[in-house]
Amino acid sequence: MSIELKNVTYTYSPGTTYAITALKNINLQIPEGQFLGIIGHTGSGKSTLIQHLNALIRPTEGEILYHGKNIWDEDYDRRKLRSEVGLVFQYPEHQLFENDVLSDVCFGPMNQGLSREQAEVEARKALASVGLKEKHFKKSPFELSGGQKKRTAIAGVLAMNPKYLILDEPTAGLDPRGRDEILDQIAYLHKERGISIVLVSHSMEDIAKYASRLIVMNHGEVAYDGTPREVFQNYRELEAMGLAAPKMVYIMHELSGRGLNVDVNASTVEEAKESILAALKEKKSPLQGKAVSAEKKQDPLSARSEAAAGGAAGEEQV
Amino acid sequence: MGIIKALKLCFEYQRYDDEGNIQDTQKAVDQVDLDIAPGQFIAILGHNGSGKSTLAKHMNALLLPTEGTIIIDGMDTKEEPELWKIRQKAGMVFQNPDNQIIGTVVEEDVGFGPENIGLPTEKIWKRVDESLQKTGMTAYRSHSPNKLSGGQKQRVAIAGVMAMRPSCIILDEPTAMLDPNGRVEVLKAVHDLNRLEGVTVILITHYMEEVTDADRVFVMDSGHIVMEGTPREIFSQVEKLKEYRLDVPQVTELAHELRLSGVDIPEGILTMEELAGALCQ
Repeated sequence: MSIELKNVTYTYSPGTTYAITALKNINLQIPEGQFLGIIGHTGSGKSTLIQHLNALIRPTEGEILYHGKNIWDEDYDRRKLRSEVGLVFQYPEHQLFENDVLSDVCFGPMNQGLSREQAEVEARKALASVGLKEKHFKKSPFELSGGQKKRTAIAGVLAMNPKYLILDEPTAGLDPRGRDEILDQIAYLHKERGISIVLVSHSMEDIAKYASRLIVMNHGEVAYDGTPREVFQNYRELEAMGLAAPKMVYIMHELSGRGLNVDVNASTVEEAKESILAALKEKKSPLQGKAVSAEKKQDPLSARSEAAAGGAAGEEQV
Repeated sequence: MGIIKALKLCFEYQRYDDEGNIQDTQKAVDQVDLDIAPGQFIAILGHNGSGKSTLAKHMNALLLPTEGTIIIDGMDTKEEPELWKIRQKAGMVFQNPDNQIIGTVVEEDVGFGPENIGLPTEKIWKRVDESLQKTGMTAYRSHSPNKLSGGQKQRVAIAGVMAMRPSCIILDEPTAMLDPNGRVEVLKAVHDLNRLEGVTVILITHYMEEVTDADRVFVMDSGHIVMEGTPREIFSQVEKLKEYRLDVPQVTELAHELRLSGVDIPEGILTMEELAGALCQ
Protein backbone atom coordinates (compact mmCIF):
# COMPACT_ATOMS: atom_id res chain seq x y z
CA MET A 1 0.00 0.00 0.00
CA SER A 2 1.80 3.10 -1.18
CA ILE A 3 2.11 5.96 -3.61
CA GLU A 4 4.93 5.28 -6.00
CA LEU A 5 6.60 7.54 -8.54
CA LYS A 6 8.55 5.81 -11.29
CA ASN A 7 10.93 7.83 -13.47
CA VAL A 8 8.67 10.86 -13.22
CA THR A 9 9.68 13.91 -15.25
CA TYR A 10 7.58 17.04 -15.54
CA THR A 11 8.17 19.88 -17.95
CA TYR A 12 6.20 23.13 -17.90
CA SER A 13 5.35 24.45 -21.39
CA PRO A 14 7.08 21.58 -23.20
CA GLY A 15 8.12 22.18 -26.79
CA THR A 16 8.25 25.97 -26.37
CA THR A 17 11.16 28.28 -25.61
CA TYR A 18 9.72 28.65 -22.09
CA ALA A 19 10.05 24.94 -21.34
CA ILE A 20 11.25 24.37 -17.78
CA THR A 21 11.84 20.90 -16.43
CA ALA A 22 10.56 21.05 -12.86
CA LEU A 23 11.02 17.37 -12.02
CA LYS A 24 13.74 15.15 -13.38
CA ASN A 25 13.39 11.41 -13.31
CA ILE A 26 12.00 11.10 -9.80
CA ASN A 27 11.77 7.65 -8.22
CA LEU A 28 10.05 7.69 -4.88
CA GLN A 29 7.89 5.42 -2.80
CA ILE A 30 5.70 6.73 0.01
CA PRO A 31 4.38 3.73 1.98
CA GLU A 32 1.20 4.10 3.98
CA GLY A 33 1.73 5.18 7.56
CA GLN A 34 4.72 7.42 6.97
CA PHE A 35 5.23 10.99 8.17
CA LEU A 36 7.27 12.36 5.31
CA GLY A 37 8.79 15.84 5.31
CA ILE A 38 9.80 17.60 2.10
CA ILE A 39 12.15 20.58 2.03
CA GLY A 40 13.68 22.54 -0.81
CA HIS A 41 14.20 26.16 -1.75
CA THR A 42 11.61 28.11 -3.75
CA GLY A 43 11.49 26.64 -7.23
CA SER A 44 13.10 23.32 -6.33
CA GLY A 45 10.08 21.34 -7.49
CA LYS A 46 8.36 20.55 -4.16
CA SER A 47 4.96 21.91 -5.14
CA THR A 48 5.09 20.33 -8.58
CA LEU A 49 5.94 17.03 -6.92
CA ILE A 50 3.03 17.03 -4.48
CA GLN A 51 0.54 18.01 -7.17
CA HIS A 52 1.45 14.75 -8.90
CA LEU A 53 0.47 12.72 -5.87
CA ASN A 54 -3.26 13.21 -6.34
CA ALA A 55 -3.28 13.59 -10.11
CA LEU A 56 -3.67 17.36 -10.24
CA ILE A 57 -0.98 17.37 -12.89
CA ARG A 58 0.06 14.63 -15.23
CA PRO A 59 3.72 13.67 -15.55
CA THR A 60 5.35 14.45 -18.89
CA GLU A 61 7.17 11.13 -18.59
CA GLY A 62 7.08 8.22 -16.17
CA GLU A 63 4.22 6.82 -14.13
CA ILE A 64 2.56 7.21 -10.77
CA LEU A 65 1.15 4.16 -9.04
CA TYR A 66 -1.37 4.22 -6.21
CA HIS A 67 -1.58 0.84 -4.51
CA GLY A 68 0.16 -0.60 -7.54
CA LYS A 69 -2.21 0.81 -10.17
CA ASN A 70 -1.22 3.47 -12.67
CA ILE A 71 -3.36 6.50 -11.85
CA TRP A 72 -3.25 7.73 -15.44
CA ASP A 73 -4.71 4.53 -16.88
CA GLU A 74 -7.73 5.33 -18.96
CA ASP A 75 -10.27 3.64 -16.71
CA TYR A 76 -8.67 4.74 -13.41
CA ASP A 77 -11.03 6.48 -10.97
CA ARG A 78 -9.08 9.65 -10.24
CA ARG A 79 -12.01 11.20 -8.45
CA LYS A 80 -11.74 8.49 -5.82
CA LEU A 81 -7.97 8.94 -5.69
CA ARG A 82 -8.41 12.63 -4.90
CA SER A 83 -10.60 11.85 -1.93
CA GLU A 84 -8.10 9.30 -0.65
CA VAL A 85 -5.12 11.55 -1.20
CA GLY A 86 -6.09 14.95 0.19
CA LEU A 87 -4.14 18.10 -0.54
CA VAL A 88 -4.12 21.26 1.57
CA PHE A 89 -2.59 24.20 -0.23
CA GLN A 90 -0.40 26.87 1.26
CA TYR A 91 -3.03 29.60 1.25
CA PRO A 92 -6.13 28.18 2.90
CA GLU A 93 -8.12 31.32 2.18
CA HIS A 94 -7.91 30.35 -1.48
CA GLN A 95 -9.66 27.07 -0.94
CA LEU A 96 -12.55 28.26 1.24
CA PHE A 97 -15.58 29.48 -0.64
CA GLU A 98 -18.85 28.53 1.09
CA ASN A 99 -21.06 30.85 3.14
CA ASP A 100 -20.23 29.24 6.45
CA VAL A 101 -17.59 26.98 7.88
CA LEU A 102 -19.76 23.88 8.25
CA SER A 103 -21.01 24.05 4.64
CA ASP A 104 -17.49 24.51 3.43
CA VAL A 105 -16.33 21.35 5.16
CA CYS A 106 -19.46 19.49 3.92
CA PHE A 107 -18.56 20.22 0.31
CA GLY A 108 -16.07 17.36 -0.04
CA PRO A 109 -18.17 14.55 1.44
CA MET A 110 -21.26 15.76 -0.47
CA ASN A 111 -19.20 15.62 -3.62
CA GLN A 112 -18.43 12.02 -2.73
CA GLY A 113 -22.15 11.37 -2.86
CA LEU A 114 -23.21 11.74 0.78
CA SER A 115 -26.44 13.53 1.71
CA ARG A 116 -26.19 16.84 3.56
CA GLU A 117 -27.02 15.07 6.85
CA GLN A 118 -24.37 12.39 6.38
CA ALA A 119 -21.90 15.02 5.19
CA GLU A 120 -22.53 17.06 8.31
CA VAL A 121 -21.68 14.08 10.49
CA GLU A 122 -18.34 13.76 8.70
CA ALA A 123 -17.80 17.52 8.75
CA ARG A 124 -18.40 17.76 12.49
CA LYS A 125 -15.99 14.91 13.12
CA ALA A 126 -13.36 16.56 10.93
CA LEU A 127 -13.81 19.97 12.56
CA ALA A 128 -13.54 18.37 15.99
CA SER A 129 -10.33 16.61 15.05
CA VAL A 130 -8.70 19.91 14.01
CA GLY A 131 -9.90 21.52 17.22
CA LEU A 132 -12.31 24.07 15.75
CA LYS A 133 -15.12 24.87 18.17
CA GLU A 134 -18.84 24.64 17.43
CA LYS A 135 -19.30 28.41 17.89
CA HIS A 136 -17.37 29.01 14.65
CA PHE A 137 -19.41 26.61 12.51
CA LYS A 138 -21.92 29.20 11.32
CA LYS A 139 -19.37 31.95 10.75
CA SER A 140 -18.26 32.96 7.30
CA PRO A 141 -14.81 31.46 6.62
CA PHE A 142 -13.59 35.01 6.01
CA GLU A 143 -14.33 36.02 9.60
CA LEU A 144 -11.84 33.49 10.90
CA SER A 145 -8.24 34.10 11.90
CA GLY A 146 -5.40 32.73 9.79
CA GLY A 147 -4.99 29.67 11.99
CA GLN A 148 -8.72 28.94 12.01
CA LYS A 149 -8.88 29.23 8.22
CA LYS A 150 -6.04 26.75 7.91
CA ARG A 151 -7.84 24.35 10.23
CA THR A 152 -11.06 24.71 8.27
CA ALA A 153 -9.18 23.92 5.06
CA ILE A 154 -7.59 20.86 6.68
CA ALA A 155 -10.99 19.77 8.02
CA GLY A 156 -12.43 20.12 4.51
CA VAL A 157 -9.95 17.53 3.31
CA LEU A 158 -10.23 15.31 6.41
CA ALA A 159 -14.01 15.11 6.06
CA MET A 160 -13.42 12.94 2.99
CA ASN A 161 -11.56 10.45 5.19
CA PRO A 162 -8.34 10.47 3.20
CA LYS A 163 -5.60 7.90 3.64
CA TYR A 164 -2.95 10.45 2.75
CA LEU A 165 -2.89 14.07 3.87
CA ILE A 166 -0.54 16.34 1.95
CA LEU A 167 0.12 19.79 3.35
CA ASP A 168 2.01 22.54 1.56
CA GLU A 169 3.46 24.79 4.26
CA PRO A 170 0.45 24.68 6.54
CA THR A 171 2.00 27.00 9.11
CA ALA A 172 3.20 29.97 7.01
CA GLY A 173 2.15 33.19 8.72
CA LEU A 174 0.92 31.59 11.94
CA ASP A 175 2.06 32.67 15.39
CA PRO A 176 4.29 30.23 17.28
CA ARG A 177 1.46 28.70 19.30
CA GLY A 178 -0.75 28.39 16.22
CA ARG A 179 2.15 26.68 14.47
CA ASP A 180 2.53 24.15 17.28
CA GLU A 181 -1.22 23.54 17.52
CA ILE A 182 -1.61 22.76 13.81
CA LEU A 183 1.46 20.52 13.74
CA ASP A 184 0.48 18.73 16.95
CA GLN A 185 -2.93 18.05 15.44
CA ILE A 186 -1.36 16.70 12.27
CA ALA A 187 0.90 14.48 14.37
CA TYR A 188 -2.17 13.30 16.28
CA LEU A 189 -4.01 12.43 13.05
CA HIS A 190 -0.97 10.48 11.97
CA LYS A 191 -0.64 8.61 15.23
CA GLU A 192 -4.26 8.03 16.21
CA ARG A 193 -5.99 7.72 12.87
CA GLY A 194 -3.09 6.24 10.95
CA ILE A 195 -3.26 8.87 8.22
CA SER A 196 -0.08 9.11 6.17
CA ILE A 197 1.33 12.63 6.14
CA VAL A 198 3.37 14.48 3.56
CA LEU A 199 4.47 17.84 4.97
CA VAL A 200 6.16 20.49 2.86
CA SER A 201 7.86 23.05 5.06
CA HIS A 202 10.45 25.81 5.15
CA SER A 203 10.97 25.24 8.85
CA MET A 204 13.81 22.79 9.44
CA GLU A 205 12.95 22.82 13.14
CA ASP A 206 9.41 21.60 12.48
CA ILE A 207 10.61 18.86 10.14
CA ALA A 208 13.18 17.71 12.70
CA LYS A 209 10.50 17.54 15.37
CA TYR A 210 7.73 15.77 13.47
CA ALA A 211 8.86 13.89 10.37
CA SER A 212 10.19 10.34 10.42
CA ARG A 213 11.57 10.59 6.89
CA LEU A 214 12.86 13.61 5.03
CA ILE A 215 13.47 14.19 1.36
CA VAL A 216 15.32 17.21 0.04
CA MET A 217 14.42 18.55 -3.39
CA ASN A 218 17.00 20.45 -5.40
CA HIS A 219 16.70 21.49 -9.06
CA GLY A 220 13.90 19.02 -9.63
CA GLU A 221 15.74 16.05 -8.18
CA VAL A 222 15.73 14.23 -4.87
CA ALA A 223 19.04 15.30 -3.35
CA TYR A 224 18.67 13.47 -0.03
CA ASP A 225 16.31 10.85 1.35
CA GLY A 226 16.63 9.58 4.91
CA THR A 227 15.70 10.27 8.51
CA PRO A 228 15.91 13.96 9.45
CA ARG A 229 18.92 13.15 11.65
CA GLU A 230 20.77 11.58 8.74
CA VAL A 231 19.86 14.27 6.25
CA PHE A 232 20.72 17.19 8.52
CA GLN A 233 24.26 15.86 8.93
CA ASN A 234 24.84 17.26 5.45
CA TYR A 235 24.18 20.79 6.65
CA ARG A 236 26.99 22.32 4.59
CA GLU A 237 25.54 20.83 1.41
CA LEU A 238 22.03 21.92 2.45
CA GLU A 239 23.28 25.48 2.87
CA ALA A 240 24.68 25.39 -0.64
CA MET A 241 21.14 24.50 -1.78
CA GLY A 242 19.66 27.56 -0.06
CA LEU A 243 18.52 25.53 2.93
CA ALA A 244 19.86 25.04 6.43
CA ALA A 245 19.86 22.56 9.25
CA PRO A 246 17.80 23.13 12.40
CA LYS A 247 19.45 25.58 14.84
CA MET A 248 20.22 22.73 17.22
CA VAL A 249 22.57 21.03 14.75
CA TYR A 250 24.70 24.19 14.59
CA ILE A 251 24.72 24.55 18.35
CA MET A 252 25.77 20.95 18.84
CA HIS A 253 28.61 21.33 16.34
CA GLU A 254 29.77 24.48 18.10
CA LEU A 255 29.72 22.75 21.49
CA SER A 256 31.48 19.72 20.12
CA GLY A 257 34.11 21.99 18.56
CA ARG A 258 34.71 23.48 21.99
CA GLY A 259 35.39 20.09 23.47
CA LEU A 260 32.03 19.10 24.93
CA ASN A 261 31.28 15.49 24.08
CA VAL A 262 27.77 15.96 22.63
CA ASP A 263 25.81 14.21 19.90
CA VAL A 264 26.34 16.50 16.89
CA ASN A 265 23.29 15.09 15.12
CA ALA A 266 20.76 16.08 17.77
CA SER A 267 18.26 18.18 15.83
CA THR A 268 15.50 19.01 18.33
CA VAL A 269 15.64 20.99 21.57
CA GLU A 270 14.72 17.85 23.48
CA GLU A 271 17.52 15.75 21.96
CA ALA A 272 20.02 18.56 22.40
CA LYS A 273 19.09 18.99 26.05
CA GLU A 274 19.49 15.29 26.84
CA SER A 275 22.79 15.13 25.03
CA ILE A 276 24.20 18.24 26.74
CA LEU A 277 23.09 17.05 30.17
CA ALA A 278 24.78 13.69 29.57
CA ALA A 279 27.95 15.38 28.31
CA LEU A 280 28.07 17.72 31.31
CA LYS A 281 27.60 14.84 33.69
CA GLU A 282 30.39 12.92 32.02
CA LYS A 283 32.63 15.98 32.19
CA LYS A 284 31.71 16.61 35.79
CA SER A 285 32.12 13.15 37.27
CA PRO A 286 35.93 12.85 36.97
CA LEU A 287 36.19 16.41 38.33
CA GLN A 288 33.87 15.62 41.19
CA GLY A 289 36.09 12.64 41.98
CA LYS A 290 39.01 15.03 42.29
CA ALA A 291 37.00 17.54 44.26
CA VAL A 292 36.73 15.08 47.11
CA SER A 293 40.48 15.02 47.58
CA ALA A 294 41.34 18.55 46.44
CA GLU A 295 40.29 21.93 47.77
CA LYS A 296 36.86 22.82 46.46
CA LYS A 297 38.06 26.20 45.21
CA GLN A 298 40.44 24.52 42.83
CA ASP A 299 37.68 22.70 41.08
CA PRO A 300 37.17 24.90 38.03
CA LEU A 301 33.67 23.69 37.40
CA SER A 302 32.18 24.27 40.80
CA ALA A 303 34.00 27.61 41.08
CA ARG A 304 32.37 28.61 37.83
CA SER A 305 28.95 27.50 38.88
CA GLU A 306 29.21 29.46 42.12
CA ALA A 307 30.12 32.55 40.15
CA ALA A 308 27.26 31.94 37.75
CA ALA A 309 24.78 31.44 40.56
CA GLY A 310 25.97 34.55 42.36
CA GLY A 311 26.86 37.15 39.77
CA ALA A 312 26.52 36.17 36.16
CA ALA A 313 22.87 35.19 36.27
CA GLY A 314 21.91 38.55 37.73
CA GLU A 315 24.02 40.54 35.29
CA GLU A 316 22.79 38.72 32.24
CA GLN A 317 19.18 39.30 33.09
CA VAL A 318 19.77 43.09 33.02
CA MET B 1 11.04 63.92 19.59
CA GLY B 2 10.38 60.42 18.38
CA ILE B 3 9.83 59.67 14.74
CA ILE B 4 6.71 57.68 15.60
CA LYS B 5 4.72 58.81 18.56
CA ALA B 6 1.36 57.37 19.57
CA LEU B 7 -0.80 58.77 22.34
CA LYS B 8 -3.66 56.62 23.66
CA LEU B 9 -4.13 55.21 20.18
CA CYS B 10 -7.31 53.17 19.68
CA PHE B 11 -8.79 51.51 16.65
CA GLU B 12 -12.18 49.81 16.52
CA TYR B 13 -13.43 47.39 13.92
CA GLN B 14 -17.19 47.19 13.49
CA ARG B 15 -19.11 44.16 12.36
CA TYR B 16 -22.37 44.60 10.56
CA ASP B 17 -25.28 42.18 10.28
CA ASP B 18 -27.29 41.59 7.10
CA GLU B 19 -29.40 44.73 7.64
CA GLY B 20 -26.35 46.90 8.00
CA ASN B 21 -26.73 47.43 11.76
CA ILE B 22 -23.65 47.36 13.91
CA GLN B 23 -23.44 43.90 15.42
CA ASP B 24 -20.44 44.40 17.63
CA THR B 25 -17.31 46.46 17.86
CA GLN B 26 -13.90 45.13 18.56
CA LYS B 27 -10.94 47.15 19.72
CA ALA B 28 -7.99 45.94 17.65
CA VAL B 29 -5.71 48.57 19.13
CA ASP B 30 -6.45 49.74 22.64
CA GLN B 31 -4.80 52.70 24.36
CA VAL B 32 -1.36 52.26 22.88
CA ASP B 33 1.40 54.72 23.75
CA LEU B 34 4.58 54.58 21.71
CA ASP B 35 7.65 56.71 21.30
CA ILE B 36 10.16 55.44 18.79
CA ALA B 37 13.45 57.29 18.38
CA PRO B 38 14.84 57.83 14.87
CA GLY B 39 17.29 55.20 13.67
CA GLN B 40 16.05 52.45 15.97
CA PHE B 41 15.38 48.88 14.96
CA ILE B 42 12.08 47.95 16.55
CA ALA B 43 10.46 44.52 16.54
CA ILE B 44 6.80 43.90 17.27
CA LEU B 45 5.70 40.43 18.37
CA GLY B 46 2.21 39.17 19.08
CA HIS B 47 -0.06 36.27 18.17
CA ASN B 48 -2.42 36.30 15.17
CA GLY B 49 -5.14 38.82 15.92
CA SER B 50 -3.23 40.65 18.66
CA GLY B 51 -3.37 43.95 16.78
CA LYS B 52 0.17 44.20 15.39
CA SER B 53 -0.83 44.72 11.78
CA THR B 54 -3.57 47.18 12.69
CA LEU B 55 -1.04 49.18 14.69
CA ALA B 56 1.44 49.03 11.80
CA LYS B 57 -1.14 50.32 9.33
CA HIS B 58 -1.52 53.42 11.50
CA MET B 59 2.15 54.18 11.02
CA ASN B 60 1.68 55.26 7.43
CA ALA B 61 -1.92 56.36 7.71
CA LEU B 62 -3.45 53.37 5.93
CA LEU B 63 -5.75 53.34 8.94
CA LEU B 64 -6.73 56.36 10.97
CA PRO B 65 -7.21 56.10 14.73
CA THR B 66 -10.78 56.03 16.03
CA GLU B 67 -9.47 57.56 19.26
CA GLY B 68 -6.12 59.00 20.25
CA THR B 69 -3.36 60.31 18.04
CA ILE B 70 -0.38 59.05 16.10
CA ILE B 71 2.30 61.46 14.97
CA ILE B 72 4.78 60.49 12.27
CA ASP B 73 7.84 62.71 12.04
CA GLY B 74 5.90 65.61 13.51
CA MET B 75 2.79 65.10 11.35
CA ASP B 76 -0.56 64.04 12.75
CA THR B 77 -2.10 61.35 10.52
CA LYS B 78 -5.52 62.90 11.03
CA GLU B 79 -4.47 66.02 9.12
CA GLU B 80 -5.50 65.13 5.60
CA PRO B 81 -3.12 67.44 3.72
CA GLU B 82 -0.21 65.62 5.39
CA LEU B 83 -1.33 62.17 4.21
CA TRP B 84 0.91 61.88 1.16
CA LYS B 85 3.89 63.32 2.99
CA ILE B 86 3.39 60.78 5.77
CA ARG B 87 3.30 57.92 3.31
CA GLN B 88 6.57 59.13 1.79
CA LYS B 89 8.15 59.30 5.24
CA ALA B 90 6.94 55.88 6.32
CA GLY B 91 6.93 53.10 3.75
CA MET B 92 5.32 49.73 4.19
CA VAL B 93 6.31 46.23 3.03
CA PHE B 94 3.76 43.42 3.31
CA GLN B 95 3.88 39.66 3.70
CA ASN B 96 3.15 38.44 0.21
CA PRO B 97 5.72 39.59 -2.33
CA ASP B 98 3.40 38.80 -5.22
CA ASN B 99 0.76 41.28 -4.08
CA GLN B 100 2.94 44.36 -4.05
CA ILE B 101 4.88 44.28 -7.28
CA ILE B 102 3.20 46.00 -10.21
CA GLY B 103 5.94 46.67 -12.75
CA THR B 104 6.83 44.23 -15.52
CA VAL B 105 10.53 44.98 -15.10
CA VAL B 106 12.30 45.37 -11.74
CA GLU B 107 13.56 48.92 -12.34
CA GLU B 108 10.15 50.03 -13.53
CA ASP B 109 8.57 48.71 -10.36
CA VAL B 110 11.10 50.52 -8.17
CA GLY B 111 10.54 53.75 -10.12
CA PHE B 112 6.77 53.67 -9.64
CA GLY B 113 6.76 55.67 -6.41
CA PRO B 114 9.03 58.52 -7.47
CA GLU B 115 7.22 58.74 -10.80
CA ASN B 116 3.95 59.05 -8.94
CA ILE B 117 5.12 62.09 -7.03
CA GLY B 118 6.05 63.74 -10.31
CA LEU B 119 9.83 63.77 -10.17
CA PRO B 120 11.69 64.55 -13.39
CA THR B 121 12.99 61.50 -15.28
CA GLU B 122 16.65 61.82 -14.39
CA LYS B 123 15.82 62.08 -10.69
CA ILE B 124 13.63 59.00 -10.92
CA TRP B 125 16.52 57.04 -12.46
CA LYS B 126 18.89 58.31 -9.82
CA ARG B 127 16.60 57.09 -7.08
CA VAL B 128 16.05 53.74 -8.80
CA ASP B 129 19.82 53.25 -9.10
CA GLU B 130 20.36 54.13 -5.44
CA SER B 131 17.57 51.93 -4.13
CA LEU B 132 18.56 48.91 -6.16
CA GLN B 133 22.10 49.29 -4.97
CA LYS B 134 21.06 49.59 -1.32
CA THR B 135 19.08 46.37 -1.49
CA GLY B 136 21.67 44.52 -3.56
CA MET B 137 19.32 44.11 -6.51
CA THR B 138 21.23 46.08 -9.17
CA ALA B 139 22.12 42.91 -11.06
CA TYR B 140 18.43 42.12 -11.50
CA ARG B 141 17.28 45.56 -12.65
CA SER B 142 16.13 44.46 -16.08
CA HIS B 143 14.64 41.16 -14.93
CA SER B 144 10.97 40.38 -14.87
CA PRO B 145 9.83 40.31 -11.21
CA ASN B 146 7.90 37.07 -11.63
CA LYS B 147 11.11 35.20 -12.42
CA LEU B 148 12.68 36.20 -9.11
CA SER B 149 12.76 34.17 -5.91
CA GLY B 150 10.60 35.23 -2.95
CA GLY B 151 13.52 36.85 -1.16
CA GLN B 152 14.48 38.80 -4.27
CA LYS B 153 10.89 39.95 -4.76
CA GLN B 154 10.77 41.23 -1.20
CA ARG B 155 14.02 43.12 -1.79
CA VAL B 156 12.44 44.70 -4.88
CA ALA B 157 9.47 45.71 -2.72
CA ILE B 158 11.88 47.20 -0.18
CA ALA B 159 13.76 49.02 -2.96
CA GLY B 160 10.43 50.45 -4.12
CA VAL B 161 9.86 51.86 -0.65
CA MET B 162 13.46 53.15 -0.42
CA ALA B 163 13.02 55.06 -3.69
CA MET B 164 10.66 57.35 -1.78
CA ARG B 165 13.56 58.14 0.60
CA PRO B 166 11.56 57.30 3.70
CA SER B 167 12.88 57.89 7.18
CA CYS B 168 10.99 54.89 8.43
CA ILE B 169 10.14 51.51 6.96
CA ILE B 170 7.51 49.17 8.36
CA LEU B 171 7.67 45.49 7.46
CA ASP B 172 4.65 43.32 8.25
CA GLU B 173 5.89 39.71 8.35
CA PRO B 174 8.13 40.18 5.32
CA THR B 175 9.67 36.71 5.63
CA ALA B 176 6.61 34.57 6.41
CA MET B 177 6.46 33.09 2.93
CA LEU B 178 10.16 32.75 2.22
CA ASP B 179 12.56 29.83 2.30
CA PRO B 180 15.53 29.98 4.71
CA ASN B 181 17.82 31.70 2.21
CA GLY B 182 15.18 34.25 1.31
CA ARG B 183 14.69 35.04 4.99
CA VAL B 184 18.39 35.64 5.50
CA GLU B 185 18.58 37.85 2.37
CA VAL B 186 15.67 40.07 3.38
CA LEU B 187 16.82 40.48 6.96
CA LYS B 188 20.30 41.41 5.85
CA ALA B 189 18.89 44.04 3.51
CA VAL B 190 16.75 45.48 6.30
CA HIS B 191 19.61 45.53 8.81
CA ASP B 192 21.88 47.22 6.25
CA LEU B 193 19.31 49.96 5.65
CA ASN B 194 19.04 50.51 9.38
CA ARG B 195 22.77 50.54 10.04
CA LEU B 196 24.13 52.26 6.94
CA GLU B 197 21.27 54.56 5.97
CA GLY B 198 19.91 55.25 9.44
CA VAL B 199 16.39 54.25 8.43
CA THR B 200 14.09 53.51 11.36
CA VAL B 201 12.83 49.94 11.06
CA ILE B 202 9.63 48.47 12.48
CA LEU B 203 9.69 44.72 11.93
CA ILE B 204 6.64 42.60 12.65
CA THR B 205 7.42 38.91 12.70
CA HIS B 206 6.51 35.48 14.04
CA TYR B 207 10.11 34.28 13.85
CA MET B 208 11.70 34.85 17.22
CA GLU B 209 15.20 34.39 15.77
CA GLU B 210 14.74 37.52 13.66
CA VAL B 211 14.28 39.68 16.72
CA THR B 212 17.48 39.01 18.65
CA ASP B 213 19.36 41.94 17.03
CA ALA B 214 16.61 44.53 17.51
CA ASP B 215 17.13 47.58 19.72
CA ARG B 216 13.72 47.22 21.33
CA VAL B 217 10.96 44.64 21.27
CA PHE B 218 7.27 45.27 21.85
CA VAL B 219 4.87 42.43 22.58
CA MET B 220 1.19 42.93 21.79
CA ASP B 221 -1.82 41.08 23.13
CA SER B 222 -5.49 41.97 22.55
CA GLY B 223 -4.64 45.42 21.30
CA HIS B 224 -2.34 46.38 24.16
CA ILE B 225 1.41 46.57 24.41
CA VAL B 226 2.01 44.09 27.22
CA MET B 227 5.80 43.79 27.22
CA GLU B 228 8.55 46.13 26.16
CA GLY B 229 12.32 45.86 26.43
CA THR B 230 15.55 44.70 24.87
CA PRO B 231 15.50 41.25 23.26
CA ARG B 232 17.35 39.88 26.28
CA GLU B 233 14.83 41.34 28.72
CA ILE B 234 11.94 39.98 26.68
CA PHE B 235 13.34 36.51 25.98
CA SER B 236 14.32 36.00 29.62
CA GLN B 237 10.61 35.58 30.31
CA VAL B 238 10.00 32.28 28.56
CA GLU B 239 6.83 31.28 30.40
CA LYS B 240 5.22 34.70 30.05
CA LEU B 241 5.86 34.74 26.29
CA LYS B 242 4.28 31.31 25.96
CA GLU B 243 1.17 32.65 27.67
CA TYR B 244 0.96 35.23 24.89
CA ARG B 245 1.11 32.38 22.33
CA LEU B 246 4.68 33.30 21.47
CA ASP B 247 7.95 31.52 21.79
CA VAL B 248 11.63 32.23 22.31
CA PRO B 249 14.51 31.52 19.90
CA GLN B 250 15.48 27.84 20.03
CA VAL B 251 18.85 28.66 21.58
CA THR B 252 17.10 30.53 24.38
CA GLU B 253 14.67 27.67 24.85
CA LEU B 254 17.49 25.14 25.07
CA ALA B 255 19.29 27.32 27.63
CA HIS B 256 16.05 27.69 29.59
CA GLU B 257 15.47 23.93 29.58
CA LEU B 258 19.04 23.29 30.70
CA ARG B 259 18.59 25.79 33.52
CA LEU B 260 15.43 23.99 34.63
CA SER B 261 17.46 20.78 34.71
CA GLY B 262 19.90 22.39 37.09
CA VAL B 263 22.67 23.58 34.77
CA ASP B 264 24.12 26.86 35.97
CA ILE B 265 23.79 29.24 33.05
CA PRO B 266 22.17 32.66 32.88
CA GLU B 267 18.58 33.19 31.69
CA GLY B 268 17.99 35.05 28.43
CA ILE B 269 20.80 33.59 26.33
CA LEU B 270 20.25 34.78 22.77
CA THR B 271 23.00 33.38 20.60
CA MET B 272 24.85 30.15 19.99
CA GLU B 273 28.13 31.83 21.04
CA GLU B 274 26.67 32.89 24.39
CA LEU B 275 25.41 29.41 25.08
CA ALA B 276 28.67 27.76 24.06
CA GLY B 277 30.55 30.31 26.18
CA ALA B 278 28.41 29.57 29.21
CA LEU B 279 28.66 25.79 28.84
CA CYS B 280 32.29 25.36 27.84
CA GLN B 281 34.55 27.28 30.16
